[in-house]
Amino acid sequence: MSELEGFRAETRAWLEENCPADMRDGAHDDASACWGGRRWEFASEGQKLWLERMGAKGWTVPTWPKEYGGGGLSKAEAKVLQEEMDAIGARKPHDNFGITMLGPALLKFGSEAQKLEHLPKVARGEIRWCQGYSEPGAGSDLASLRTRADSHDDHYIVNGQKIWTSYADRADWIFCLVRTDFEAAKHKGISFVLFDMETEGVTTKPIKLISGSSPFCETFFDNVRVEKANLVHAENKGWDVAKYLLTHEREMIGNLFGGMTGGRALGEIAAHELGTDDRGHVDDPLLRSKLVQAELDSLAFSGLLQSVGDGTKAGESLGAMSSVLKYYGTELNKRRHELMMEVGGHDELQMTDANRDGQRAKDWLRTKGNSIEGGTSEVQLQIIAKHMLQMPGA
Amino acid sequence: MALVLNEDQEMLREAAAGFLGEHAPVAAFRALRDSADKRGFSPELWASMAEMGWAGIAVREAHGGADFGLVGAGIVAEEMGKTLTASPFLSSSVLGAVALTRFGSANQQAAHLPGLASGAHLFALAVDEGRKHRPAQTALNAKRHGNGFQLNGTKAFVVDGPTADQFIVATRTSGAPGDEHGITLFLVPADAAGLSRETRETVDSRGVAELLFDAVDVTADAVLGEIDQGYAPLETILNAGRAVLAAEMVGHASAAFEMTVAYISERKQFGVPVGSFQALQHRAAHLLTEIEMAKAVTLAALQAFDAGEDEHTLSRVVSIAKAKVGQVALLAAQEGIQMHGGMGMTDAFDIGLYIKRVRVASELFGDASFHGNRLAETLGF
Repeated sequence: MSELEGFRAETRAWLEENCPADMRDGAHDDASACWGGRRWEFASEGQKLWLERMGAKGWTVPTWPKEYGGGGLSKAEAKVLQEEMDAIGARKPHDNFGITMLGPALLKFGSEAQKLEHLPKVARGEIRWCQGYSEPGAGSDLASLRTRADSHDDHYIVNGQKIWTSYADRADWIFCLVRTDFEAAKHKGISFVLFDMETEGVTTKPIKLISGSSPFCETFFDNVRVEKANLVHAENKGWDVAKYLLTHEREMIGNLFGGMTGGRALGEIAAHELGTDDRGHVDDPLLRSKLVQAELDSLAFSGLLQSVGDGTKAGESLGAMSSVLKYYGTELNKRRHELMMEVGGHDELQMTDANRDGQRAKDWLRTKGNSIEGGTSEVQLQIIAKHMLQMPGA
Repeated sequence: MALVLNEDQEMLREAAAGFLGEHAPVAAFRALRDSADKRGFSPELWASMAEMGWAGIAVREAHGGADFGLVGAGIVAEEMGKTLTASPFLSSSVLGAVALTRFGSANQQAAHLPGLASGAHLFALAVDEGRKHRPAQTALNAKRHGNGFQLNGTKAFVVDGPTADQFIVATRTSGAPGDEHGITLFLVPADAAGLSRETRETVDSRGVAELLFDAVDVTADAVLGEIDQGYAPLETILNAGRAVLAAEMVGHASAAFEMTVAYISERKQFGVPVGSFQALQHRAAHLLTEIEMAKAVTLAALQAFDAGEDEHTLSRVVSIAKAKVGQVALLAAQEGIQMHGGMGMTDAFDIGLYIKRVRVASELFGDASFHGNRLAETLGF
């Protein structure tokens, strides 16, 4: 038995023993996510146990080094772990922007003390992070941000406003871009700082979206004190950290849309809901043609995700390839949800008990943000043109 | 299996790119086209390619091949696509090789594989009879006659038909056109009495022929595989061809895209390169995304073939590749012409050569609609 197969056998046995029964339903939607953090209310004892057990093993962040709370697994081992989890329908034990965004950035740019302080708490789900990037006047042109951090000996005083801060009202800490040099060119006066959302002067206000949900907030800073020990990388070098982190954010968003809608192929849903003719074809040739194209593109996109994953070492940044995934994945997801509404017809335009109070329509509306958040599709295309194609003036 | 090339495969790619860059640049294809050579390829170039081991790239070493599998064949095809190299590679080294290695009897393999692998003998697949690719519609009649069979009918658009020494012919031995059962494959020598071929001029200036079978007698030994059971082998052979055609089209798309980006980065209007306009930058960036997907699905299809996946899985991944890559390559060629502006309309620029070849390659062995439909059926809608 190879080493990897040995690892597989051990992993299978461990999961069998430790994954609670109610964490094995394969659910991976918003409602089943476990975000952790100081204020998290566990949906069940199983959810709590699952996070504790996986967190203790470092398997919430399997490829991070053990000294920072990770599992210390190789990429191949992490893949085996994921396969074995999928095999029993195990839920993801923990979602946290600390895992997908801050972690990789701290591993690359953080001081040893910062890594030791923050990463294990992410791994164990003790601290939930949010991202302070966009501002009312700095969206696609992120580097023009104006939230200011004035230097005072060992600390900064931060004043300003962020917007589109995902779950700021439920997060414990924020990683935040602030301006520390007001004279320098816009990219060169930005710093990357960390602070507790309970610090005096921090307030949040949820924003209601067209879907009815409020995943985003406005976040206000009024004379917020931030110790300089919480400056990541050097002062005025925050843009390097910000860009690196964004490649991970885009990769994460791109990976969300690997080709299934609620775990089922779009065409299968259409066949079930609309019925088929005697050849087994969905009974509307023009709709079927659009479904075929969407499935084809979804499968091709899954292939691309796999090939990019296989060609990248664990923890390595994808660079501008993350923009490729983000751009295509989100546009595809919007297209799929438009088709889901088309398939649903009248039934999904009503809020009923049978359709979980119009969940499909809410999901459809939520997808409209996919190609805007994390950098618009147009910004992604610009990054591709500039960094992958080196086009003039891009 | 990881969706990346291994070290040997990367070396093969470098060798192929190096060889073709030196011996078969696009200019060589242009010269061939201008010479109006009815064969549709250069025998001298093919001999050199065979010396590189490409003729038998998918044939095992025991039969004189290089044993690189279909992934190897795809790598060479992609590089040939970049330079628009015309050769009997697809017909003989892929379709012929798969037909013989997978379904040939020991005698057929011993008789034919060494010649195929050395490049000395050329094979071609005669399957379609009409306007569109519909293998189950095979009608060419093969009826028992004496100790063998007699073939009557026609085959349309037989790629490399003008030069093949042997044809692999899909015939109907029972049932009716549309039935999968009742198809039988035969190996028929090009010089068989009653078989005539007419070379057709094509939009991509390659060698294509129409075959007429007028009471062509073949012996029972000429059956490839089992009588009436030829549809499944035919699908395997076609799937190999489709996957390698997808690889060739990845080459077309990549090269057309690269020359287009280079052109718009140089061409100035309003005092600046037209490539500095977002209207073109975003379309170019979108194309890059599509081409990256095309590469991934093609490698997945080639690998699935070599891994011996079952026919259902293989059909699915091959249909994804053939459909997706066909669309992407057409888009790359169409956008290429538009972005070249007036120059794109001229014969002097190479981009027009690409759109012609892509149009043919995307049609061959099933277009995106054919494969999209097949994919949907395997997915249950």
